Amino acid sequence: MGSGRHDLRRAFRAPSSRCISLDPRGNTLKAIPATYNAAHHAFAVFTACATLVVITAGALVTSNDAGLSVPDWPTSFGYLVKVPHFVGGVRYEWSHRMVAGTLVSLTLAIALWTFLVEKRRWLRWLAVGAFCTVIAQATLGGLTVLFFQPPWLSTAHATVAQTFFCIAVAIALFTGRKWVEEPPRVEFDSRHPSLFTLTLLSIVVLYVQLILGGMFRHHGLSWWPHVLNAATVSFILTWTAIRAISVYSNIDAVRRPAIVMLSLLITQLCLGFAAFLSRVAWGQGAVQPELPMVASTVAHVAVGALLLATTVVLAIQVWRNVPVALAERVPQAQRDASAA
Amino acid sequence: MNKKTSLRMLSVSVLALCALLLTVACSKKEEQPANNMSNTMSSGQPAMAPAATPIDPATVATVNGTVKFDGAAPKAGKIDMSQDPACKGMNEAENVVVANGDLANVFVYVKDGLGSRTFDVPKDAVVLDQSGCKYHPHVLGVMAGQTVEIKNDDQTTHNIHPTPKDNREWNESQPPSSAPLEKNFAREEIMLPVKCNQHPWMKMYINVVKSPFYAVTDKSGMYEIKGLPPGDYTIAFVHEKLGEQDQKVTVGPKDTKTVDQSFKAGGE
Repeated sequence: MGSGRHDLRRAFRAPSSRCISLDPRGNTLKAIPATYNAAHHAFAVFTACATLVVITAGALVTSNDAGLSVPDWPTSFGYLVKVPHFVGGVRYEWSHRMVAGTLVSLTLAIALWTFLVEKRRWLRWLAVGAFCTVIAQATLGGLTVLFFQPPWLSTAHATVAQTFFCIAVAIALFTGRKWVEEPPRVEFDSRHPSLFTLTLLSIVVLYVQLILGGMFRHHGLSWWPHVLNAATVSFILTWTAIRAISVYSNIDAVRRPAIVMLSLLITQLCLGFAAFLSRVAWGQGAVQPELPMVASTVAHVAVGALLLATTVVLAIQVWRNVPVALAERVPQAQRDASAA
Repeated sequence: MNKKTSLRMLSVSVLALCALLLTVACSKKEEQPANNMSNTMSSGQPAMAPAATPIDPATVATVNGTVKFDGAAPKAGKIDMSQDPACKGMNEAENVVVANGDLANVFVYVKDGLGSRTFDVPKDAVVLDQSGCKYHPHVLGVMAGQTVEIKNDDQTTHNIHPTPKDNREWNESQPPSSAPLEKNFAREEIMLPVKCNQHPWMKMYINVVKSPFYAVTDKSGMYEIKGLPPGDYTIAFVHEKLGEQDQKVTVGPKDTKTVDQSFKAGGE
């Protein structure tokens, strides 16, 4: 507590290199010392991009029905790194394992680096959380192999993958120059539901959609719950984006992710339709996975991950820039708005 | 609630959870022997199998016939084997094989009418071969407990992955020139899918039955079930895509009955 107050004083002395944010309850303004570290941020961005590569590689494995082409885990055909006969499903599964292994190393590196250079304690713990998540994800991946891909386990693997991607993107965001050096433009939100509530709702419906999609892909559910929920996702995300773009168009940090989110939503709906046509409508009796169904499904998974991560970024930016105007904190916050 | 009480409650909860997990683990263990036995046996009948009911060979009957496909035969799906240079074979799918209206790969078996009769499990293994990156045969019949010898004649690694509903699932890779795998299935299961995850077009079906009265239609749609004791039976015709159709038949001593069947597109 004492150090927190000390940090607050230091932050006000040198605002250009400090970031001040509202605590989750919004009752007080808490100053957190932070310094922009270009290399650290670049590495965080690289880790986030690598995560998307691993997710795409995983989607290729599922789309090519290659999940069990390497029957053992953690070894691959008895070896940890020896390249197997690189044909058929092995190409996808083994490559996925290798890039995932690389991602574990990258995550360990970013966690250690964050612990060494980062002064924001919560960010240090977030980096540790990222490492724990990637280990949990690797374990889930191994269990899917050992238990022959039960739908719930494979879906958990897919869901945790995207959760990890969101964490990686969040770390990249928090270490960015804009987050560290530019003070947020705080505008209190007194609408009901608040924009922050809408962004949280968006994340929830996207998670539900991710689980339904995963269950369909792994033969645990029919396609229609995923398609039905797509309507709910479209409605909630469009509502959120329109609110953000129309009401807070003057706040770049909110407007930009909202526009990206809306664009990704439209792209995702088109890809979902293409995947439905190629896989469900036309591809039911396919002898083997065909290029259109693989391409559309993999793109659908990758854009889905981007959509979820963008929505998380929007929620974070809304939490920072457009806090909910609770009666007890508005007077205090208004007084300190310039500092925020 | 003070700290001590909380700790005590936590300890009790942990103990209860451990007890629950132990119970679940033990109950799973009890289920395992049958599965393990089915997997480890290399040949022969189950250790505790009851003695086979004797059948008078002088009275046994035969049921045979032809299975037809009504309507225009669907075009065989093309397989793209280019992802593995070692795969060179007939590039056509075998899910609906029709020649001149005759339907191949239909599993025909006595579904009902054998009562409580038991039968010896054949000592000879049934062979499942992987050649040209395809399974041969595409549809296989085997008795519960009988050995299936799985061979790889290709110069590439395959993995054999049955995805049963009632038997234990397994997934093993088989490199080129390796020794045959010997497996068996403990429980009756019709159209048990088997696939290779390395070559996604490789699919076949194993039919596990309790009696030796089964057959698979050949390319001319013909089948024959011999050695059937006289009686009233239900004969089931099962196709991987077209579904199942049943017929009742009564056979007397030394009878030879012809039971034909036809399938329509869409499993009608």
